[in-house]
Amino acid sequence: MPAAAVEPSRRFREIRLTTGILARNPSALAGAVIIGAMLLTALLAGVLAPFDPIHISLADRLQPPSAAHLFGTDEMGRDILSRIMYGARISLRIGLLVVAVAGGLGTVIGAVSGYLGRWADGVIMRIMDVILSFPSLVLAMALAAALGPSLTNAIMAVAFVMIPKFARLVRGEALAVREKQFVAAARISGEGSLSIIRRHIIPNCLNSVIVLATLAMGETILIAASLSFIGLGAQPPSPEWGAMVSVGRKFIMDQWWYATFPGLFILITVIGFNILGDALRDVLDPRIRR
Amino acid sequence: MCWIPGYGGERYAPTRGKRDVTDTARRIPQDGTKSAAPLLRIRDLAVQFETRQGLARVLEGVNLDICRGEIAGLVGETGCGKSVLARSILRIIPQPPGRISQGRILLDGRDLLQLSAAQLRRVRGREISMIFQEPMTSLNPVFTVGNQMQEIVRLHQCMDRKEARAVCLDMLAQVNLPDAREILRKYPHELSGGMRQRVMIAMELSCHPRLLIADEPTTALDVTVQGQVLTILKTLAGRHQVSILLITHDMGVVAQLCDRVAVMYAGQIVEQAGVEHLFAHPAHPYTRGLIGAIPSLEGESALLQTIEGSVPPPTQVPPGCRFHPRCPHRFSPCSREVPPLEAIDSAHAVACHLFASRQGAQHGPAD
Amino acid sequence: MVPLIEARRLAKHFPVSGGRWKRSRLLRAVDGVDFSIPAGETLGLVGESGSGKSTVGNLMVGLYAPTAGEVLFKGEKISGIRQHVPAGVRRHIQMVFQDPQSSLNPRMVVRRIVGYPLKVQGLAAGRALDRQVSTVLGEVGLSPEHMYRYPHEFSGGQRQRIGIARALVTAPEFIVFDEPTSALDVSVQAQILNLIRDLQRRYGHTYLFISHDLAVVKMLSHRIAVMYLGRIAESAPARQLFRNPLHPYTQALIASVPLPDPERRRDLAVLGGDIPSPVHLPRGCRFHPRCPQVMPCCRREDPPDITVQAGHSVACHLYSP
Repeated sequence: MPAAAVEPSRRFREIRLTTGILARNPSALAGAVIIGAMLLTALLAGVLAPFDPIHISLADRLQPPSAAHLFGTDEMGRDILSRIMYGARISLRIGLLVVAVAGGLGTVIGAVSGYLGRWADGVIMRIMDVILSFPSLVLAMALAAALGPSLTNAIMAVAFVMIPKFARLVRGEALAVREKQFVAAARISGEGSLSIIRRHIIPNCLNSVIVLATLAMGETILIAASLSFIGLGAQPPSPEWGAMVSVGRKFIMDQWWYATFPGLFILITVIGFNILGDALRDVLDPRIRR
Repeated sequence: MCWIPGYGGERYAPTRGKRDVTDTARRIPQDGTKSAAPLLRIRDLAVQFETRQGLARVLEGVNLDICRGEIAGLVGETGCGKSVLARSILRIIPQPPGRISQGRILLDGRDLLQLSAAQLRRVRGREISMIFQEPMTSLNPVFTVGNQMQEIVRLHQCMDRKEARAVCLDMLAQVNLPDAREILRKYPHELSGGMRQRVMIAMELSCHPRLLIADEPTTALDVTVQGQVLTILKTLAGRHQVSILLITHDMGVVAQLCDRVAVMYAGQIVEQAGVEHLFAHPAHPYTRGLIGAIPSLEGESALLQTIEGSVPPPTQVPPGCRFHPRCPHRFSPCSREVPPLEAIDSAHAVACHLFASRQGAQHGPAD
Repeated sequence: MVPLIEARRLAKHFPVSGGRWKRSRLLRAVDGVDFSIPAGETLGLVGESGSGKSTVGNLMVGLYAPTAGEVLFKGEKISGIRQHVPAGVRRHIQMVFQDPQSSLNPRMVVRRIVGYPLKVQGLAAGRALDRQVSTVLGEVGLSPEHMYRYPHEFSGGQRQRIGIARALVTAPEFIVFDEPTSALDVSVQAQILNLIRDLQRRYGHTYLFISHDLAVVKMLSHRIAVMYLGRIAESAPARQLFRNPLHPYTQALIASVPLPDPERRRDLAVLGGDIPSPVHLPRGCRFHPRCPQVMPCCRREDPPDITVQAGHSVACHLYSP
């Protein structure tokens, strides 16, 4: 059918336009390169990492950076560079999972709340406000502590505190989209509320959701690292960056490299996501695009 | 006494009550004698915008004169560049994306494009001022009307608070706003659209500019309120001897208010004439189409004349005459050569190959 | 004869909150409006902002439920919100919107935009839907290859054509046009107005045409109703309304239009004052604070509809017997 043939090619053009604009924006490019490098590192950790990240070799403990161990070793003699590379898998997985769960639920909640309005909106948004009124780190800590220390629980806790951020954003957008005449036209065609939310409201909020998701990714990685740092997230043998900083803290006076390198990677990743998010916001803004 | 630059030396004397205020009107520098030279002359103006789709040639080769004391109309459809032209005069187009790439804008022989930022500030408001379609955007919502009006008046003419207030009350009375004291106390959002536009007119005229640029001043207003605002604009222009450049898309407004009209299409002026002449004998096919497309309030309602197609985006202007792809009378030179704006009559100029230098053979396109 | 569609004492009031400590007030957008449109005719509804003309349009298609009164389609009551209108009737009532920028979902291709009413109402699917969409695109002067484009690839006039196609696709009998050309330039407006008129000639649609522009309404309408602050001030056959306007507001409205003829300049400031807010309606006749012919009774009593001659009625004390 010609329909199927034409539509994807247009969508492809759209994507190419977006990437084209991104490529010409230097800060976006920098963000994309950082994130791309991190993703590659995570994917190819098995090939790239010079050592096994959990292999204990007490003979090599707390070595300073050298040609053999670029970032030095920890108190068990494990290679910090290799641990950081494998750690990228954990941190990025946390980020993606949290953002997918929180972004998905938050978008639906926000769109329903904004489109239905009236009492539904009042109730949903008050609940979101309650969640938002706690500092996200403190709430995530309390939740993770209540659920018990494990990586899965930490992910659930962080996702929970991120939901209202998405819900609020999408609700604001939905309020604006709801007033558009194409929504009135859809109601005249006889579409029901759920169908309108799915077909008209949510697609028109997606640009801002993508931007927020990118920005939230940085924050998520930071919160997850903090949870691991205080022992509520990833558990000791697994090479999570926050957990590494946490342990390395004890050695900071004499073995500076232990806490510094994982910390540096948290920093770079968060900055990478943030500049990419900022640039995406500019690129996806239809007013600029037109 | 304070010295007011460019202001005949005498002090502004606010009048009490609703007196006629011609005595407070700004004196024209040349001792009141209207010189024949136009107040504002735009010569070969070109403005470009850098966009993602490429270079947009928003204005090209624009020539326009505004005489002293006249109401000049600039008419055209969305995207023809009429607002950019207005903003170029005050140099308020956003630059970087925009750039005035060539031309001169002469106010009494002084090229506004050569002025320094400080000199330009002195021209804005004091010699040329501007009102916009939506006055809400030019009024600050957190200050009262009185606060903002007095601020403007005191910025341009040194006088104390009390004098400034008297000037404001006087100006508000002149724009037929009843209960001016009450209005001064209000915030912009407490006024209706028509009242806000009248406040803007009062505010801009209180500085005695020589040229007032009105960019679609009544487009956002209802027709009965539009009538009031247009009447005020016309009366005050005469009383304060201010020239007006009226930018509009409404041929009706042009016909009722203007002395002379320039018709713009895709960044170029295609026709320029006295208003009676333009409506009686429109020459350019675009002008003819524009006039024919207006539904008539009187007579039988026949099918409307239309202009095929739509305005090209400024990044893809056609070569030659920019109107030729839509023109029912196009012939070979139209797609190759840009027709110059040439006089076909003492007060009538048109940019169309149908009229190009064929003295004696000036038959327009058949009706 | 039963008119195709009819409004009886139609009213819509919206609550507006009057600030934290004040009681909420009512915005009387539409306050008792009667009219009927015979099949195949156009009723033009003119008014300025705040007159409630768009609210009437939304009530007719069921986007709002009326506060009071009813809408009858072929003598059958249909008022209520759209979802409660029986599907068989729903397809016969359509609407074309004002702003072609916001009336098309920017994330859908034309085929989905225009075809969806058919799909939702189960009128067509698959190939049949494609065929119907391409036919209707032809009717409005677009071509089938436009089916897979997004709205932003079209000009304003073309987008309004898509909006019209979406209304036409279910083969409706009654279409509400809510200021369909007020966002367009004159030359494009002329194309759209001609199209709307052609379609009626061809298919015998019944129109409710809402606009603030008297000349536009005059071109398309058989009858015209002039609204002011939620009421119909005057209604008459189109020609007669212009030849012999009776209500002082109609007279002022006609006289305020800037004629595109410099030979006939006139005083446009016919009416003083501003349109009052529909939240604070004046007592008595709604128009009395601006009326040049105001009488003492106008400040006290709301004027009834007075039928001056067959088909011409006016709500003004000047004509009370």
